[in-house]
Amino acid sequence: MTLLDVHGVNVVYEPSRGTRIWSVREVDLALEEGEFVGLVGESGCGKSTLGFALTRMLRAPARLENGVIQFDGVDVASLSGEVLRRQRRNGFAIVLQSGMNALNPVRNVEDHFADILKAHARSGEHHPRAAVRRRGAELLGKVRLDPAVLAKFPFELSGGMRQRVSIALVLALEPRMIVFDEPTTALDVIVQKAVMKTIQELQQESGFTAILISHDLGVVLESTNRVMVMYAGRIVEDQPSKDLVRGLHHPYTEALLRCYADPRAEEIHLAGIPGSPPDLSLPVSGCAFAPRCPLVQDICWKVVPPLAPLGRGLAACHVRAPSDKVPGAKAVAAKVASGRVGQT
Amino acid sequence: MRYVARKGALFLITLWGAITLNFLLPRLMPGSPVDAALARLASSGVPITNAERQAVEIQLGSPHASLLSQYGDYLSGIVHLNFGSSYSFPTETVAQTIGKAAPWTLGLVGVTTIVAFIIGTLLGVYAGWRRGKPADTTVTLGATFLAAFPPFWLGLLLLYVLAFKLSLFPIKGGYNPGETPNLSPSFLADAVYHSILPAVTLAITTLSGWVFGMRNNMINTLGEDYVTFAEANGLRTRTIALLYAARNAILPNVTAFGLSLGAVVGGSVLVEGVFSYPGLGNLLYIAVSNHDFPLMQALFLVITVTMLVAIFVVDLLYVRLDPRVRQA
Amino acid sequence: MSIVTSVPPPTVPGAAVQIPPGRASSVPGPFRFIGRSLRTLWANGKARIGLVILGLDILVALLAPLIAPHSPTATTFPPYLGPNATNWFGTTGNGQDVFSQMIYGARISLLVGIIAGAVATFVAVTIGLIAGYRPGVVDEVLSFVTNLALVIPGLPLMFILAAYLKSRSVWTIVLVVAFTSWATGARVIRSQASTLRTREFVTSAQFSGERLFRVVFREILPNMTSLVAGSFFAAATAAVMAEASLEFLGLGDPNTVSWGTILYYAQQQNALLTGQWVMIFAPGLAIALLALSFTLVNFGVDALSNPRLREKS
Repeated sequence: MTLLDVHGVNVVYEPSRGTRIWSVREVDLALEEGEFVGLVGESGCGKSTLGFALTRMLRAPARLENGVIQFDGVDVASLSGEVLRRQRRNGFAIVLQSGMNALNPVRNVEDHFADILKAHARSGEHHPRAAVRRRGAELLGKVRLDPAVLAKFPFELSGGMRQRVSIALVLALEPRMIVFDEPTTALDVIVQKAVMKTIQELQQESGFTAILISHDLGVVLESTNRVMVMYAGRIVEDQPSKDLVRGLHHPYTEALLRCYADPRAEEIHLAGIPGSPPDLSLPVSGCAFAPRCPLVQDICWKVVPPLAPLGRGLAACHVRAPSDKVPGAKAVAAKVASGRVGQT
Repeated sequence: MRYVARKGALFLITLWGAITLNFLLPRLMPGSPVDAALARLASSGVPITNAERQAVEIQLGSPHASLLSQYGDYLSGIVHLNFGSSYSFPTETVAQTIGKAAPWTLGLVGVTTIVAFIIGTLLGVYAGWRRGKPADTTVTLGATFLAAFPPFWLGLLLLYVLAFKLSLFPIKGGYNPGETPNLSPSFLADAVYHSILPAVTLAITTLSGWVFGMRNNMINTLGEDYVTFAEANGLRTRTIALLYAARNAILPNVTAFGLSLGAVVGGSVLVEGVFSYPGLGNLLYIAVSNHDFPLMQALFLVITVTMLVAIFVVDLLYVRLDPRVRQA
Repeated sequence: MSIVTSVPPPTVPGAAVQIPPGRASSVPGPFRFIGRSLRTLWANGKARIGLVILGLDILVALLAPLIAPHSPTATTFPPYLGPNATNWFGTTGNGQDVFSQMIYGARISLLVGIIAGAVATFVAVTIGLIAGYRPGVVDEVLSFVTNLALVIPGLPLMFILAAYLKSRSVWTIVLVVAFTSWATGARVIRSQASTLRTREFVTSAQFSGERLFRVVFREILPNMTSLVAGSFFAAATAAVMAEASLEFLGLGDPNTVSWGTILYYAQQQNALLTGQWVMIFAPGLAIALLALSFTLVNFGVDALSNPRLREKS
């Protein structure tokens, strides 16, 4: 069943001095229970902002401008205060980018667990130290950490261990959805693999819905079963992960894939993507990728392409996935496909 | 434990440095403080015995003995708490004069500093937590304004308005003239009554430093990932503000506390002078006005050593607050 | 062995216009720098108020002979007068006009504040830079001296130094104040300098053979301008307060006219009891406002260190 149903989410950054920036534009998405979804894109495409928006963690100067975020039927976009706080038990949770600094330096791991359990204790629930220690050891076990870690302070733990403790703390909330914001970016490759393996196993064991935000396409394709690609604040492609490595896709996705080198190839062609992402302080008419797209047509400059079926998923491209809602799109797409195209 | 050892070593070395500075100071000054001191002593009726002359020379510099032997005598004088005689108070030794004034200052300054620290820190936490909102602006502007008041001016103003015009508080002194200090409740109550204005003056002038420091620390701390993570995990607002934000933000303030004592002592000199409050600050005022060098030297030493001890104590307390230093 | 070749990017019509490479930012001449800084300071609300107050003080100090109605030291008036038509602020116990004294007093307070602040900052910058830039023995020794200076209570030391020194000119006060207030700035500058020392642009300057002196002044110092400015204004604030305190205790030159000496005489002559509240109120307020102005400008200097506004090489 659909756990997360999002419509028309816009996030704007309004610094006190300087221009406003729309970093997430008109995002719609829907997640089922138990899905493991990846959210990829380059720096600045808005993926972390979206993750924070979905877990109601946006802070000034960022603001959720409008949109509906239905979590299990409840519109959490309109919640605030104590109600929102309560929602975080058995609801949605977020694990921050690299656990390096996510733990309070002056409290040890056991205190962290105690704080969480106490904060969400229902009336009548008590959490004496012994119970906290038991639950803490249990959760640490799930992330493959020794119960002795309970007595340690954050500075006594390595980066990878701190990241695992963060995950264990989040698990204490018994969440139904966890957003992992670049969980392995600050870790070295070997630790990265271990942590990602743990996250995968956890997701399979507990069945929570997971959103993995990363700029590393490789990590995402390995662990997730569905991938969403973001560009300039919009979702431009949404496919099952396995489908991404072959077949036709949104031109941006294809360009991204070309950026990765196959270490087994005889010759490696490194390609970049010419141009640069658009200035997000300005409204963009039409497709944001148009200035850099090899398949660009007239219509691309004028009409924002909606997400339309492509293969087993969706893509926002007039040429690859023309939508019925855009008059003339199908004709243009057919023209390009038949090779009769002049690039206009 | 290495942290404690390091701080202990620092304490001892700085203590040595301060004592030596105190030793060198009068000997580096132009002119001969010794002759001036002896002349003043004579004119206030103190007999200039050889012992007397020797005591003065140990304090202020002897033209005869070598520097090193003077240093040795000086150090032994300190250990025996022998600072010679003062000519502002010819009937007693310097040690006795200081001993009488010390409790007043310790009471006034000690209590006021701690109270100002607590109130200032709490206000800073509040202002930092509510950054940008009207509460924050009020606190910040108020603190800036108060910080600009020279302590003695504030004292004079309060004295004029509250004591002179409105007769709400006594005009001067630490206790009713004519009484002798004792530990009876009525005397203590009277002492407290006399200390209210000086205490308020001192507190107001030192408060703002804590407010600013704590506010800035709070703002920095609130931007840290662990605060965001705590919020994301749905911890209660009060828990986050106190146990996650303030608890970390206060650490730099604690280290600053010891150093600030120097400013507090300086302020107390002015405030005690204005109110004629019988503490060490007032004593320094009198000593400086009378060019009473032996008294000045001894006072400076006492003040500096007390400060160093206080700083060391604060350093030890810091270990309890920040687990990261326990591992050196 | 795989060969890495670079594939030419596909030609794309309407590709984003090439961003022209930026012109190398020339280090602005000193006047442009000051002009830009002043404009940035002016933009900050608190700093603006501070600049206005400071400007007024400077004006009054410069134009004193023109503005003051009477000579500040002439004892021609009846003593102990309250505010009246000729003596707006009343007269002292020696029959001097308080209003004129207030105006001339601005000179001393400003002079001592600015000069002592500058000297203290100069010492702080020198010691801080050397200590921060040269790790090892030099750093240890300088740090120890700085810590010692920090720990020794400043005001009492000032009082004692002033008491010992025979001459009582304004310059004595400037020296005494500067001598006791350099330590805080030195510590801050040292820590910043040692951070900058390991940055790449310094290392590259060293590798290209620049001498120590040039590296320190051409590479490191420009990145610390706001820190140095902040230090200066903090030192100036402390200097104004310290000077007033010294004068109030009678440790200044009793013959110069400054706001602190007005208060000193007020205390000596029991102005409280003779009801001359203006004599107490006015100089204290003036001192407070001057100190406040330095602090307010310092708020603006903090804004200057915002990366958006800072000129970087």
